[in-house]
Amino acid sequence: MLVEVGHFALALALALSLVQAVMPIWAARSGDGALREAAVPAALGAFACLLLAFGALTYAHATSDFSVQNVVENSHTAKPFLYKLSGVWGNHEGSMLLWVLILSLFGALVAVARNAVPPTLRANTLAVQATITFVFVLFIITTSNPFSRVAPAPMEGNDLNPLLQDFGLAVHPPLLYLGYVGFSITFAFAIAALIDGRIDAVWARAVRPWTLTAWSFLTLGIAMGSYWAYYELGWGGWWFWDPVENASLMPWIAGTALLHSTVVMEKRDALKVWTVLLAILTFSLSLLGTFIVRSGLLTSVHTFATDPTRGVFILAILVLFIGGSLTLFAWRAPMLRQGGLFAPISREGALVMNNLFLVAACATVFVGTLYPLLLEMLTGEKISVGPPFFNWTFVPLAVPLLLIVPFGQALAWKRGDAYAAAQRLLVAFALALAVGVATLALTWGGPAMAPIGLALGAYLVIGSAMEIVSRARGYGGSRSRDVATTWRRAVGLPRSAWGTALAHAGVGVVVIGIAAQGWATEGLATIKPGESLASGPYVATLDRVGPRTGENYEETTAFLTLRTRAGDWVGPVETGKRFYPSRKMTVTESGLKTVGVSQIYASLGEVVPGGAIGLRLYYKPLVLLIWLGAVVMALGGAVSLTDRRMRVGAPAKARAKLPPHAVPAE
Amino acid sequence: MTRLRALLAALTLCLAAGPALAVQPDEVMRDPAQERRAREISEGLRCLVCQNQSIDDSDAPLARDLRVLVRDRLREGDSNGQVVEYVVQRYGEFVLLRPVFGPHTWLLWLTPLLAVGLGGFGLWRLARRPVPPRPQGLSEAESAQVEALLHRK
Repeated sequence: MLVEVGHFALALALALSLVQAVMPIWAARSGDGALREAAVPAALGAFACLLLAFGALTYAHATSDFSVQNVVENSHTAKPFLYKLSGVWGNHEGSMLLWVLILSLFGALVAVARNAVPPTLRANTLAVQATITFVFVLFIITTSNPFSRVAPAPMEGNDLNPLLQDFGLAVHPPLLYLGYVGFSITFAFAIAALIDGRIDAVWARAVRPWTLTAWSFLTLGIAMGSYWAYYELGWGGWWFWDPVENASLMPWIAGTALLHSTVVMEKRDALKVWTVLLAILTFSLSLLGTFIVRSGLLTSVHTFATDPTRGVFILAILVLFIGGSLTLFAWRAPMLRQGGLFAPISREGALVMNNLFLVAACATVFVGTLYPLLLEMLTGEKISVGPPFFNWTFVPLAVPLLLIVPFGQALAWKRGDAYAAAQRLLVAFALALAVGVATLALTWGGPAMAPIGLALGAYLVIGSAMEIVSRARGYGGSRSRDVATTWRRAVGLPRSAWGTALAHAGVGVVVIGIAAQGWATEGLATIKPGESLASGPYVATLDRVGPRTGENYEETTAFLTLRTRAGDWVGPVETGKRFYPSRKMTVTESGLKTVGVSQIYASLGEVVPGGAIGLRLYYKPLVLLIWLGAVVMALGGAVSLTDRRMRVGAPAKARAKLPPHAVPAE
Repeated sequence: MTRLRALLAALTLCLAAGPALAVQPDEVMRDPAQERRAREISEGLRCLVCQNQSIDDSDAPLARDLRVLVRDRLREGDSNGQVVEYVVQRYGEFVLLRPVFGPHTWLLWLTPLLAVGLGGFGLWRLARRPVPPRPQGLSEAESAQVEALLHRK
C-alpha cells in the first residue's frame, strides 16, 4: 500500500513541478503577484511529495518487501540494516529518486529563503528549477520506475552488490548529489537572470551561498568516493582518471572557477557575462556526468543497468538543457551591461588567471574523457586515454594555478602592486623552499618530484596563513605593534577571509598528501604463518589464517601483526577475502593501520591450500592528508558561508534545514 | 556514484580471474631494477578487457599474460621502448594508456595549450580594448553653471 502511495506521490510531484514551472512565467506576462507566489507552495509541495516517495521506497527496502522489483534486485533479508537503507540509492532507480529529491530540496530552500532574493528573480529561478525537476521526474516515471511490483513475490532477494555493501555507499552518493544537484540552483539563477535581462552584484550575492554549498558538498563527495575506492578496490590507488571520476571532477573544476568569478562580480561588478556562462557550464557538466554514468555511453558493461531508452531520454534532457541554455545565453548575453574595469595586475586579474587555468584544466579532462569515443565514431580508430595522459596534461596546468593562489590573495583589488605582493610572500617562498631543499637532502636518491610537490603544498599552506597574519597586522600607520592586537584583529576578520584561507590551505594539504605518495613503498610476497613481509619502515608478520563469519558473508582472514623494522609493536592488521553466498561473489577486504596521517595497507591475495597467502603490503606516508585536505577545503567553504555578508542577505533559516550530514562546523 | 562503476569494473574482473592480486608474487623479477622497469612499462599499458585499467592493476588473465610478456622481453634485454613497441605491434595502439602524438591525436594533446593560448589571447585582446576616456574636468562654463545651480536661492 505504502509503495503505491509513494508511486502516487511521485506522479503528484510531477504535476506540482509543472505548476511551479509555469506559474511564474505566466505571472511575469500578466503581472499577477499572487500567481507568481504560487511557485512557493508548489516548490514545497513537490519536495514533500518526493520526500514521501523516497520514504516509501526506503520503507520497502528496510522491511525487505520483495513484492517490489527494486527491492528484489538489490536487497536480501540477511543484509545488514545500514546497507538495506543505503541500498535504496545503490541502484539506478533509487539513485535517480535521490537525485530529484535533492533537486526539489534545493528548490524548496530557495522558496523559503524569502528575504534573500528579489521576488522576480526568485520566481524565475524557481520556474527554471521546476523545469529540471519536471523533466527528471518524468524520466523516472517513464523509464526507471522504482515502485514497480512483481507478482508473485519471491521469497528472497538477489542482494546488493557486495562491493557496495560498505559505509561508503551510505555517505558518498548523497554528498556527491548534494554537490552535483546543488549547482542546478546556480544554473537556475543564471537562466532566470538571462530571462530577466538583468544581472548585478545582488545576483552574485544571492548566488554565492548556493555555489559555496554545492561546491563544499561536491568536494566532500569526491573525496569520500576517492577514499572509498582506495580502501575497497584493494590496490591502494586513490584516483584513477576513470571516466566516471572525471564526470564528477569536471563540474568541480568548473564550480571552483564559478566560485572565484562570482567573487569578482560581487565585489567589482565585472565578469558578469562570463560568470553566467560558467554557471551554465557547471550544471551542464553535472548533467553530462549523470548522462555518462546513467546511459552507459562510456561504460558499456559496468553500469547498474543499461537500457537504450534511458540513454536516449537522458540525451534528450541534455540537449534540451545544455542546448537551450546556451542558445538563450547567445541571445541574451550581449544585452547584459559589462562593468568594472581593472588593471591586469590586480586581484581581479589574478582571479581571471585562476579561471583561465581552471577552464583549461576542465577542457583537458573533458576532451580526454570524450576523445576516444568521438575518434572511434568518426574514424573507427581505437585509442585509450588513461592516467598517464591526464598526469602529463593536467599537472602542468595545475602547478601554475597553485603558484598564483597566494599571489592573487596578496594583490589589491582594481590595481595591484606585483612587487609589494611578492615581498609579502617572501616568507612563504623562503619557508617553502627550505622545506623542499631539506626534504630533498634528507631523501637524496629518492623521487625528485616529491620534494618539489611538498614545497608547493607548504607554500600554499604558509601563504594562506601569511595572508591572515598580514591582514590582521594591517599596513602603514594602523600596523599593529603587539601580538595581542594582531590576534584580536585576526579574530575580527570577516569569516569569508578565514574561509578562503582555510580552503586554500586545504588545497596545500592535498598537494602535500599527493606529493608524499612518491615515497610510498610496496611489498609483495607469498608467506606462510610465522613469516614476515616488509614495506617501508614496517614489517608485517603473518600470525594465522582463519575463517570468520559475518551477517551475510564468510571470510577467510589473514591475521597479521605489524612492527617497525626496529621490532617495536605497532598493532594488528587483518585483511580478508569475503565470500557473499547470495551473489556468489568474493571481495577483498583490505586491512588498514593508521599511524598519524600515514597508513599501512595490507591486501590479501591468493590463499594457497598449504596455509600460505599472497600478501601485498603498502606503506603510504601522509596519505590521509589527501582526503583531510579536501575536508579542510569544504570546511573553508562552510566557514565562508557563515560570513555576516551572507547571513544578512542570505537564507540563514534555510541553511539550518540542510540534512544532518551537512558540512561540519557550520 | 562516481566510484560505483570502477568498483563494478573491478568486481567483474575479480570474478573473471578468481580472487587474486594484480601482480602475483611469482611474476616478480629477481632483479629489482628490472622489476621497477617492468612496473613502469606496465603502468602505461592497458588491460584490454578492462575498463581503463593498467595491466599492473588488473586481475584479468589477459593482463597477467601481458605482464609476463613484458618481463620476458625485459629478460631478453629489450629496452623499455622496444618492449612497448613489441606490445603495440601485437595489440594495436589501443593498448597504450598514453596515446601517441600523431595527426589523429593532435587535438587531444594540444587541448591544454589551445585552451590556455586561446583564452590568454582573448584576454590580451580584451585588455588592449580601448578604455573609455576618463571624464574630463568641468569646463569653466560648466563650473559656472554648477555654481549657479548650487547657489540658486
